[in-house]
Amino acid sequence: MSILIDANTKVICQGFTGKQGTFHSEQAIAYGTKMVGGVTPGKGGETHLGLPVFNSVREAVEKTQADASVIYVPAAYCKDSIIEAVEAGVKLIVCITEGIPVQDMLIVKNFINGTRSRLIGPNCPGIITPGACKIGIMPGPIHQPGRVGIVSRSGTLTYEAVSQTTALGLGQSTCVGIGGDPIPGMSFTDVLGLFQQDPQTKAIIMVGEIGGSAEEEAAAFIKKHVTKPVVSYIAGVTAPPGKRMGHAGAIIAGGKGTAAEKFAALKAAGVHTVNSPAEIGAAVAAALSRNNLDI
Amino acid sequence: MNLHEYQAKHLLKQYGIPVPLGEVARNVEDAVQAARRVGGDRWVVKAQVHAGGRGKAGGVKIVNNEAELIAAVKGLLGTRLVTYQTDAHGQPVNQVLIEQPSDIARELYVSAVIDRASQRVVLMASTEGGMDIEQVAKTSPEKILTVTVNPTLGLLPYQCRQLFFGLKLAPQQMQTFTDILMNLYQLFVERDLSLIEINPLVVTKSGVLICLDGKINIDDNALYRQPELREMHDASQEDQRETTAQRWNLNYIALDGDIGCMVNGAGLAMATMDLIKLNGGRPANFLDVGGGATEERVREAFKIIISDQNVKGIFVNIFGGIVRCDLIADGIISAVAEVGVQVPVVVRLEGNRADLGAKKLADSGLNIVALQGFADAAKKIVALTSQAPKIPSPSQGEG
Repeated sequence: MSILIDANTKVICQGFTGKQGTFHSEQAIAYGTKMVGGVTPGKGGETHLGLPVFNSVREAVEKTQADASVIYVPAAYCKDSIIEAVEAGVKLIVCITEGIPVQDMLIVKNFINGTRSRLIGPNCPGIITPGACKIGIMPGPIHQPGRVGIVSRSGTLTYEAVSQTTALGLGQSTCVGIGGDPIPGMSFTDVLGLFQQDPQTKAIIMVGEIGGSAEEEAAAFIKKHVTKPVVSYIAGVTAPPGKRMGHAGAIIAGGKGTAAEKFAALKAAGVHTVNSPAEIGAAVAAALSRNNLDI
Repeated sequence: MNLHEYQAKHLLKQYGIPVPLGEVARNVEDAVQAARRVGGDRWVVKAQVHAGGRGKAGGVKIVNNEAELIAAVKGLLGTRLVTYQTDAHGQPVNQVLIEQPSDIARELYVSAVIDRASQRVVLMASTEGGMDIEQVAKTSPEKILTVTVNPTLGLLPYQCRQLFFGLKLAPQQMQTFTDILMNLYQLFVERDLSLIEINPLVVTKSGVLICLDGKINIDDNALYRQPELREMHDASQEDQRETTAQRWNLNYIALDGDIGCMVNGAGLAMATMDLIKLNGGRPANFLDVGGGATEERVREAFKIIISDQNVKGIFVNIFGGIVRCDLIADGIISAVAEVGVQVPVVVRLEGNRADLGAKKLADSGLNIVALQGFADAAKKIVALTSQAPKIPSPSQGEG
């Protein structure tokens, strides 16, 4: 079943004719994603990669019935692009772009709450349901259709978890990169709720990192609402306070947001935490066989 | 991006928020002229560094005449100030702020910050000004008052009054306090701040509200649209290697271990540091070489890593998603050869053509060990680094 996207999801690309938009749309099409067109204001009416280009998201949605949009637009224009997509009724918006001002995202999030649109990202690799639909920049070949749901703030660290679960033959139901920014669209909690309801997902991997309290909030949610086994790894045990470790959201500020605190909160909620990023796959395999779910 | 106190006060003044009369100076002569322009016969001399705790560290001096002023300025300029917020090397003092002293009756605390949990701007105020607010948050959290701003509405006067009444100020200060907070919020939004902290906001003996200190952090992602603030960047307050790295779009943070790291992706880079530590090693740095690990950037990354004299081994961990591992291997080989890396290098490549990449590294004839397992590679670099001869480096022991 998977969550949010499947083989039928129709996807448009905002920033379609740009360098990133073109490259990743080609990759998506090659993977089998149902790309149905794209948006580059001013190039409406043209054809790109064999698909129609539109001047606006509204027109693209009207003409293609797109369910989702992926945004490869420079950071300065993302607030505008995301809101345009929400107003056009796009149900799932995936914003890959890094470097969006946090106050822009504050406004976007305030606007999107209460609408029927969901936002994944920004500053994320995207979302993939292996074998069915790839929206984003993740490498298709390392994924395998299967039963582990993965939700993560990282990019390449997520690929580690994917590689390990593929190597163990567990595969992935859906992988969601929620991104490394301090104010993201969907949170861990949002995605965990969906995994809990998805029959294909038998176990969940949650990859977190220092900064903020998203993992602690997820822990509280898991304790109350998640019965499937959850394995978690938190990056940044060795990170010093006050420094931005790459991601805009990865800052230990005022003593809050340390990896140690997150590990503790998750453990207390019954999550199987692993200290080593190399052990994530093995931990999930163990959790599944403990629950006799490795059929 | 951090600002100095004098820059923060410049912005506060721009937004109609009261600050003491003061001027920044970069040498003794300018400091004397500044003092004369500021007027009066007593001044506060404040070291301008990107760190708190200056007072306790001797970075803030009250002087009673020009001779004392000169002595204080001479004692600060050109030195490095070590506070509880800096490392042992401290921060260089290249500027001092010469300010009119204030007659302090009360010290309050006011700040605005982006609260990630509520995804809103939050304003905080407390009667416990002039103290470490994190201590207050721990021991008496009820003394920190907060209001949350709805971004559609902006900060509203009734919210300012809510804080005002909680601070038990005199009724005739209500309008001034409200104005200060409204202006603070406007500054916060218009200039893309991520933090502004006034600690202390002082009430003088004659009932005047004035910002005795100001700390401002600006959202790095917004600098592209804040040209005036970009100009305020002071690289002298940052680790030079971090500044150099930024020029190459590399994300580098110095730590104090001896295993250099080069990784693509911030999460994976942190995880790599953590795995080194788990194996008993100590990472020398965080370095995210990002997407597109081209030969040029890999070369610059190696240069920055080995400029750290403490580095006795290097761990390269690259997950080739779209990027091909054999091309990354080519880049590593030519970089290592050209830069002349002497310490052992362990490379772990995973993903797209990883096998081919590993083979190229093994056949390169350089001191590079190519391993595929993440755990194996981390163990190996820790082992190789601990075997390295411990030659005391010339940089050790400098103050």
